[in-house]
Amino acid sequence: MSTRTTCPYCGVGCGVLANGTGPVAGDPAHPANHGRLCSKGTALGETIAAANRLLHPEVDGKRASWDAALDAVAEAFAVARATNGPDATALYVSGQLLTEDYYAANKFAKGFLGTANIDSNSRLCMASAVAGHKRAFGEDIVPCTYEDLEQAELIVLVGSNLAWCHPVLFQRIQAARAGKRVVVIDPRRTASCEGAELHLPIRPGGDVALFNALLRHLSGAGFRSEKPGLAAALAAAGGETGLPAADTKKFFDWFASTEKTVTLFSQGANQSSAGADKANAIINCHMLHGSLGRPGGGPFSITGQPNAMGGRETGALANMLAGHLEWETPGEAEALASFWRAPNLAPRPGLKAVDMFRAAAEGRIGALWVMATNPAVSLPASDSVRAALARTPTLVVSDCVADSDTVRAARIRLPALGWGEKDGTVTNSERVISRQRGFLPAPGEARPDWWIIAQVATRLGWGDAFAWPNAAAIFREHAATTGLARPSLRQFDISGLAELSDAEYASMPPTRWPVARRGDVGGRIVPPVQRFVATPFRAPANAPGDAHPLALNTGRLRDQWHTMTRTGPVPRLMAHSPEPLLHAHPDDAPASDGALVRVASRWGAAVLRLKHDQAQRRGDVFAPMHWTDVWAGAARINAAVNPDTDPVSGQPELKHTPVALTPYVADWHGFVLHRGKLASAAPWQAFIPLEGDVWRHEMAGRGAPPLEELRAACAVPGATWITFQDRELHRAAQLCEGRLISVIFLGPDHALPPREWLASLFAGSAIGSDARRTLLAGRPAEGPPPSPTICICHGVSRAAIEAAIRAGAEGVAAVGKATEAGTGCGSCRPEIAALCAALPVPEST
Amino acid sequence: MRIVVVGAGPAGTRAALRVSARLPGAAVTLAGAEAALPYDRVALSKLLAGEIEVPALLTHSARALRDAGVGYRPGTRIAAVDRAAKRAITARGEALDYDHLILAMGSQAVRLPLPGAELPGVVGYRDLADVRAMLRAAEGRGNAVVIGGGLLGLEAAAGLAARGMRVTVVHAVDWPMERQLDARAGALLATRMGGRGIRFAMPASTVALEGEGHVQGVRLSDGRLLPARLVVMAVGIRPQVALAREAGLDVGRGIKADRGLFTADPAVQALGECAEVEGQCIGLVAPALEQAEAAAAALAGQGQGWAARTDSAALKVSGTAVWSAGDIGGADGEILTLHDEGEDFYRRLVVKQDRLVGAVLYGDTADSGFYLDLITRRLPLGRMRASLAFGPGLAA
Repeated sequence: MSTRTTCPYCGVGCGVLANGTGPVAGDPAHPANHGRLCSKGTALGETIAAANRLLHPEVDGKRASWDAALDAVAEAFAVARATNGPDATALYVSGQLLTEDYYAANKFAKGFLGTANIDSNSRLCMASAVAGHKRAFGEDIVPCTYEDLEQAELIVLVGSNLAWCHPVLFQRIQAARAGKRVVVIDPRRTASCEGAELHLPIRPGGDVALFNALLRHLSGAGFRSEKPGLAAALAAAGGETGLPAADTKKFFDWFASTEKTVTLFSQGANQSSAGADKANAIINCHMLHGSLGRPGGGPFSITGQPNAMGGRETGALANMLAGHLEWETPGEAEALASFWRAPNLAPRPGLKAVDMFRAAAEGRIGALWVMATNPAVSLPASDSVRAALARTPTLVVSDCVADSDTVRAARIRLPALGWGEKDGTVTNSERVISRQRGFLPAPGEARPDWWIIAQVATRLGWGDAFAWPNAAAIFREHAATTGLARPSLRQFDISGLAELSDAEYASMPPTRWPVARRGDVGGRIVPPVQRFVATPFRAPANAPGDAHPLALNTGRLRDQWHTMTRTGPVPRLMAHSPEPLLHAHPDDAPASDGALVRVASRWGAAVLRLKHDQAQRRGDVFAPMHWTDVWAGAARINAAVNPDTDPVSGQPELKHTPVALTPYVADWHGFVLHRGKLASAAPWQAFIPLEGDVWRHEMAGRGAPPLEELRAACAVPGATWITFQDRELHRAAQLCEGRLISVIFLGPDHALPPREWLASLFAGSAIGSDARRTLLAGRPAEGPPPSPTICICHGVSRAAIEAAIRAGAEGVAAVGKATEAGTGCGSCRPEIAALCAALPVPEST
Repeated sequence: MRIVVVGAGPAGTRAALRVSARLPGAAVTLAGAEAALPYDRVALSKLLAGEIEVPALLTHSARALRDAGVGYRPGTRIAAVDRAAKRAITARGEALDYDHLILAMGSQAVRLPLPGAELPGVVGYRDLADVRAMLRAAEGRGNAVVIGGGLLGLEAAAGLAARGMRVTVVHAVDWPMERQLDARAGALLATRMGGRGIRFAMPASTVALEGEGHVQGVRLSDGRLLPARLVVMAVGIRPQVALAREAGLDVGRGIKADRGLFTADPAVQALGECAEVEGQCIGLVAPALEQAEAAAAALAGQGQGWAARTDSAALKVSGTAVWSAGDIGGADGEILTLHDEGEDFYRRLVVKQDRLVGAVLYGDTADSGFYLDLITRRLPLGRMRASLAFGPGLAA
């Protein structure tokens, strides 16, 4: 008997069928995915049994009872509030929270603590899109639905590597590809460019200039609009894109001539000091074009997180009240205060994420509560965020993992339920509210986030307002807030769901808002208010210069999620990109491919492995955002990222920081494969889980190579060693009765053998004498050279795919037939397409 | 044409057979000092260890030699050579006239001039007679001391241990077989032999052999007395040159010969362990056989003569295969080592100026041909360096 629930990863919000701790399947009945799942979603079953769970409350490093821990939280918040006022307290929450948790946190902060210092990590994700919607429509409205992507004839991807970050949407587009053009606007040539009719490798931060130019082009082509603000918007429309004129013109002509055009924008647009302007520049074009609100048309913001939209709906952001109610709109704050019976509703917006941690760094926050997120890693200039966490007298962290960079810093640790255990709702990028249902027992003493919040509120004397018996009661209350202060043009109205019974809530099918009355079925929204917003072009906040000549861009990998707390321990997800790589055009690279390189900015530095990449523009480099102290401490890229934010949305400019690259100076480089994770402490290291609790440890350092220390750390009774030495190359393998226990490779530089083949020996059959003799060569005596895995569902390597192409497999489908690659979740199909394009198919003879 | 070959060891026998083949009609006489048919001296260790019996040592039957046109004369020690008369005189006074003489007397075991060296129970390790003496002694079990931890000494020790004797090897250097093995391989070998009950006194030197009427012990320079009712001297070999010297031939360490193995007397060739060819003496069977081939060809007016190749030694000691070649010391060279503790496998390669110059293989010598070829051809290693230690399978 499987449980219908919703995937906890990206903002697509796919329906999932879960069976206990077994593998999961896509829900054929869910409107977001119709049964599809991506590589991460497919591997969800493998994340459930993760050992790294926080099971008991801890206070000051010691296990505590729930009572003691909740008392400690309540006391810390009471003291901070009494000493320096409500704004000396703050909550930093997450798009991983369910809507009910979000609602409880927001009510606790804004209604009862009396501070709007509650912000979500969604601030890092799509705050700029929210700001753009609000400026254009007066409300945070996403007009489109996913069906518009299928109906569109032109799809423009702006700052979106949809193939990797929202793979199921990418697949939906691919499935409806006939008669469609796809244009990708991205400084990088990403996997999403495969098969696209046009890729515009725009200068970083150039989107406003491009859409300003498009707006002028449309105006020149005769498009007209009566909506306010067009003249000012046209007058302000300027800026340089750095793109070839012919390509730009082709894009403009296609846009102008295609009625059904969707512009899908994501973090590449949002994470910018001009993020809100980018949203508005895009919306402006669709308003003038007439495609806003048209089937198969419109601007479409896709969120990064499973419940970023839920956070926006509950108002769990510092500049919103709740239920799309606004301080600025007369009567709405009063209506909410009355509904909540809130004694001290926050009188004004609070501190947005970057400012919140800046206040903490300045000692202005006495008690900070972080829920289900990892700001020590994810915020820009993250070394100063760490300092802020360290300075805050009481840092409370509610999380499901026992070890994250932020959990490590906490004074009070509270074990929260994780996916598969908790119960509530999430809203995806097309406004569909779906149930996340628990199907596993709570591990240890873990509790729902809303319960934890309610318990603390009760201890502070506000128990009546937080006396919910279950998540359904919270959802009803949340739904009721959307009916307050009406009549109103507010489109967000789910008051039709405020009377759901517990049973109806339990079985609630995916439901798109608005649902003003019971039984309403939400669809595409034509915003009742539409305004053009002038978006004069502004370059990124910090320009590259002599000291920092390159522009650092950051982003997601296909198979990792955020700070890797969930995906990091899953071997087959780590396999796609096991190490933190800094992608640079070969002409910008200060060292050879595979060397370690230091990425330094005015704010900090990180060390990653260098990847020469022709897909990078000259002058731009790219790094994944995921790595943490737990996985590769020196590779935390956000340590180097600038903390400048968009003046309207407060979203940080994670996509553009001037940096310099220099070779990382190390006397030795090496790796260790071992049955178990070592507590190694090399100056540079990365931990990579492989199948069967084998761990790959990448490392580099100064001084003498630590061969003997590593051998001692790996030593197992009854095992024997094979050793090899040539000059500064030191290698060793430990075996016990033909079973490989450890492999150590150390050398003076990064030129070490590929790890895949050695790693495969840990899973293979017993190692005989001949294999022992050649093991430390690091490569097989015969057979194909080791090759990275492209298709993780079926474990198909790049070499196998290339062999199939050479044997005549033409195109992704044929490769799938020959090798099974790409026939599972399909997330690797763009990469297979790229391999097909790169290798000529042999001519038949 | 009458051809007399003096010495029926492997080199002499091979020379006799090849000369007979190349010079049809020649009368070839092979004069062997020992009573037996030609036998495989290298296999004496197997006889000692009890792995084979005497018949298996014999390399050529009397009939095979006869069919090949070689007149074999066992028990025929040549006592003198009259070059002017072209005549070899046997110990019994018989004269063998020759038109061409080939000297292949081999070498003799060095016997240290120690007090007590002439006591009964003290033997060398060179020929069948020595082995028979050792086997007789071993029948009574008890203690044996082998002086010399080179190949022969270790073979003697292993054989005696296999026969049930308690054996101690006295060796002057820190590890055994230092000419073929580096210190690490030597230590591995000593450990392995220790597992078979063979003890080592290293480094140590013998000052006297003690005993009344029969050897009873070995006195070391540090004063220790090692009890022994059998003492095997295996401290090296010395070319047999007396016959040649008395015949007035030019003798250095061995009988001097050119690439064609000719001495200054064009009617006399010298080859094998008794010869010094272009300044080089040999101690292994493979080059001795090459010299025999080259000498026969030169006598027939053919071939390029013999040229020293890289010395390589393939040995099996106490069940462990060992092979070494070239410069294994590696002074100012770069050393590569590969060691498998679990399988008693070790190899050491010496590289100079991107060329392999020496190799020690311990435990598994299957790749010896690969390394010998690299050492001999002196090819630059280039990218092969990365896989060099792992054998030919990875060299591609």
